[in-house]
Amino acid sequence: MRLLYFAWLKTKIGKAEETLELPADIVTPAALVDWLKTRGPGFADALKDRRTLRVAVNRRHVDWDFALKPGDEVALFPPVTGG
Amino acid sequence: MIRVQREDFDVGAEIERLARDKTTIGGVVTFVGTVRSAGGADAITAMTLDHYPGMTEDELAAIEAEANKRWKLEASLIVHRYGRLLPGERIVLVVTAAAHRAAAFAANEFLVDWLKTKAPFWKQEETPQGARWVEAQDSDDQAAKRWAKG
Repeated sequence: MRLLYFAWLKTKIGKAEETLELPADIVTPAALVDWLKTRGPGFADALKDRRTLRVAVNRRHVDWDFALKPGDEVALFPPVTGG
Repeated sequence: MIRVQREDFDVGAEIERLARDKTTIGGVVTFVGTVRSAGGADAITAMTLDHYPGMTEDELAAIEAEANKRWKLEASLIVHRYGRLLPGERIVLVVTAAAHRAAAFAANEFLVDWLKTKAPFWKQEETPQGARWVEAQDSDDQAAKRWAKG
């Protein structure tokens, strides 16, 4: 699965993207975030409060209980501030 | 039409190109968003726009399609910049053209409200104290919700 991080998530996590094999029980973005938080202090800090985060799967905004499939592109980011 | 680009845009030339030869147009509404630097302690020296290439274009196209579903527009255009910009520089252009002004005004406001809450851009401000990411405004969410259907 391809993971992308934007804005301050990129800074705190220390990278903009990575490709990972996920455990089989990670089937939603909510479970993904909980699992990522265990990968180190940068992840734990960036992902500590899901209310400050938004998620897109395959370049579409989705909810935290969206059904993930192998090969999906998952992006985590703060609420958008364009315009 | 939508475009995402690093370069500046020429507002007059964009309107001219969009509306040329479309004689059914009776009114053109233009919104230009610029980099703001408040005075005093809130002054910024620059702003950098991060975005999600691919999703940005998809979202802007979807927002524009929704506006064209809701109002009868003769033409529409969104141009959004990314990268490092200085105070006063243009960030975004939204142009809506319709036979009558009501549709052009309403669609323009809708497009700006929606793109501010849906298009994947993030602003980082540079200040004398360091860089800080701009936080989403609840007022922007409220503005976008005005257009929710049902």
